[in-house]
Amino acid sequence: MTIAIFLGFVIFVLGLSFYFGNKTKSASGYYAAGGQIHWGVNGIAFAGDYLSAASFLGICGMIATAGYDGFLYSIGYLAGWIVALFVVAEPMKRLGKYTFTDALDSKYDSRGIKLAAAISTLVVSICYLIPQMVGAGVLVEPLLGLPHAVGVVLVGAVVITIVATAGMTSTTYVQFLKGGLLIIFSTILVIVLLVRGLTTTPDQGGRVPFVEPQVLPAMVNGDSIAPVDASWKVVETHEAKAAKTTLVKLEKDGQQTWWSLGEKAGAPVLHETQSVTVAADGATLYNGVAASETNKELRQVGSLVALEGKTDVKTGSLSPFGFLSAMSSKDTVVRRWRDAKFDDAAGNKMTVYFQSFATGNQIMRPGLKFKLQGTLLDKLDFVSLMLALFLGTAALPHILIRYYTVPSPSSARKSTIVAIAAIGFFYILTMFMGLGAMTSGVMNPADNNMAAPLLARSFGDLLFALISAIAFATVLGTVAGLIVAASGAVAHDLLDRYANRQMTEHQKVRAGKISAFVVGALAIVLGILFKGMNVTFLVGLAFAVAASANLPAILMLLFWKKTTAKGITASIITGMVASLGLILLSPDLYKQYGWDPTTAPVPFSNPGIISIPLSFIVLIVVSLATQKRDATGQTVAAAKA
Amino acid sequence: MLHEPAAKMGRDPAAAYKTRLGVWMFLAYSILYVGFVAINLLRPQLMEGTIFAGLNLAVVYGFGLIIVALIQALLYDTMCNRRERALAESAGEKDEQ
Repeated sequence: MTIAIFLGFVIFVLGLSFYFGNKTKSASGYYAAGGQIHWGVNGIAFAGDYLSAASFLGICGMIATAGYDGFLYSIGYLAGWIVALFVVAEPMKRLGKYTFTDALDSKYDSRGIKLAAAISTLVVSICYLIPQMVGAGVLVEPLLGLPHAVGVVLVGAVVITIVATAGMTSTTYVQFLKGGLLIIFSTILVIVLLVRGLTTTPDQGGRVPFVEPQVLPAMVNGDSIAPVDASWKVVETHEAKAAKTTLVKLEKDGQQTWWSLGEKAGAPVLHETQSVTVAADGATLYNGVAASETNKELRQVGSLVALEGKTDVKTGSLSPFGFLSAMSSKDTVVRRWRDAKFDDAAGNKMTVYFQSFATGNQIMRPGLKFKLQGTLLDKLDFVSLMLALFLGTAALPHILIRYYTVPSPSSARKSTIVAIAAIGFFYILTMFMGLGAMTSGVMNPADNNMAAPLLARSFGDLLFALISAIAFATVLGTVAGLIVAASGAVAHDLLDRYANRQMTEHQKVRAGKISAFVVGALAIVLGILFKGMNVTFLVGLAFAVAASANLPAILMLLFWKKTTAKGITASIITGMVASLGLILLSPDLYKQYGWDPTTAPVPFSNPGIISIPLSFIVLIVVSLATQKRDATGQTVAAAKA
Repeated sequence: MLHEPAAKMGRDPAAAYKTRLGVWMFLAYSILYVGFVAINLLRPQLMEGTIFAGLNLAVVYGFGLIIVALIQALLYDTMCNRRERALAESAGEKDEQ
């Protein structure tokens, strides 16, 4: 049934695409849907564009593992729409034609702006494409039982077909459909979650028995740790410094397992962990046992140890406020799972997933992921993220091009308001879905991106199939929008406007379709290469690049009369290079390269706090240095004043 | 090569008013947003305090930022519509004269 629903949805989307494809004959139709989309449809399509894999998969997953810190992304992503509505929407509509570059270049006709803005559009779109494709691969593994790479190729092929057949018109209707369905089914998921309520023994409606992790009383003597029960033999001890935990490998009945050192009622204990071992010969072991048909994945996790002080509780249905209130109690304790990666004494590559306990008051405020009571750098990292999220939305090329699909500036305004309502409502739902996944025993400890679909599966296969099909469509739609933006940058901004290739309308559309194919193929390759990267984290970085490269140029163009073409060009290049450079040299990326994150030359992960002001400063300095002067030596702007 | 917008647009006499209003509304929201970031930075433990219907400040402020965004958006649209109508009517009266 899951496969039937999924395939039915994909076939329907393709059918819609071919239908609109027959109607698309002009460049205006391909890039901007003829500028005739109704603002209500465009508003929900905005939501469809915006609620990407990062929102549905990534934010829910991050809330499920880091509590309120994941919700910070929801707040920042939504707040960004305020900048879009109040500052950017109508002026961008008035200035542009098909792309964001058109708007920036409308006053200058500068080759420098065309080149810099087109490259920036490509870079931001590709940064945004990578996590979407990774999300596609993550989805198809449990949904269709296909490998990650097959999922990425599948999404790429369908999206290229959609974009190459009809461009912005079909993309808009796909986004409208998907945005609407995503909000409707997320609401249903939250309602059934609240009706089921919270429990300390989640069993997914009787489908998966709850397993209480084992605890062994232990003795600690200096560096020596051993279980009280002598039938367990200590094999080795590992101090996981980055994860701040001590792990002990024990052996019993010939099976080796890892345990984490903890404390219970003031006495030392060893908590059961889960582990994946990759031996030198390539063999994989789950929890110390060789992988097989019956032992091919980790046990689902995530549960309450206590709810408002009670350790054996089943609340039954809860109101939304009652749910959040119970979760916020300092007497609520949640069992989360974190990981530590290292090589053990035998040279095996180990990933150990160990329990980490947090109280409700810690979960329901920022601080589990972002160390707000840490060092100055930790605090700057948090400010930097919030700044990039706030300023990034209004600078995303695939969002900006949607302003050209409506007939007037007031339609642009109204569609933004519909988007804010739809997106804001969805982001409130993410809090419930994330906390629901955190406490319902559905989490895959190795990958939090599937939190929301796995929560849906705990209510039965039908909801899982529907939610997964919509999540897949979420990826399809967002990738389609990004590829339209990227193909517009290549075919319209670079070939047509920058290189000044004289093309007919038909040739322009064909150039767009060829560009869509190339960018789509690139996205497939990157989606396979970046398997395992955190979806929301990557999108957060794409926001930082967009906010640094594009937003200073947009704002100064609109509000500072002395802005020059050279100033805009320099600002885009500086913002793009600085933000990308800081990201590539950051601790999080060092971790992804497999290098020691403490050796990263940049001590924080979010670049916005440096790259955004730097981009503004460069724009101001270069603009002042390149003012046009009249015969008396006065700047033209001063003379006009 | 011609390079006009995808959809033809006339002059918008309310543009200056809408820009001014938008900037003020953006600044008002920014103050709320900066307040949220500042509390988290300077007094993060304040976010734990229960302030309404069993909800803590973090949840109320976070949801509040989302709801205020929508309220401000609707207010902005209403004010823009009113000004656009008023200017259109006065332009119509001038044409009749």
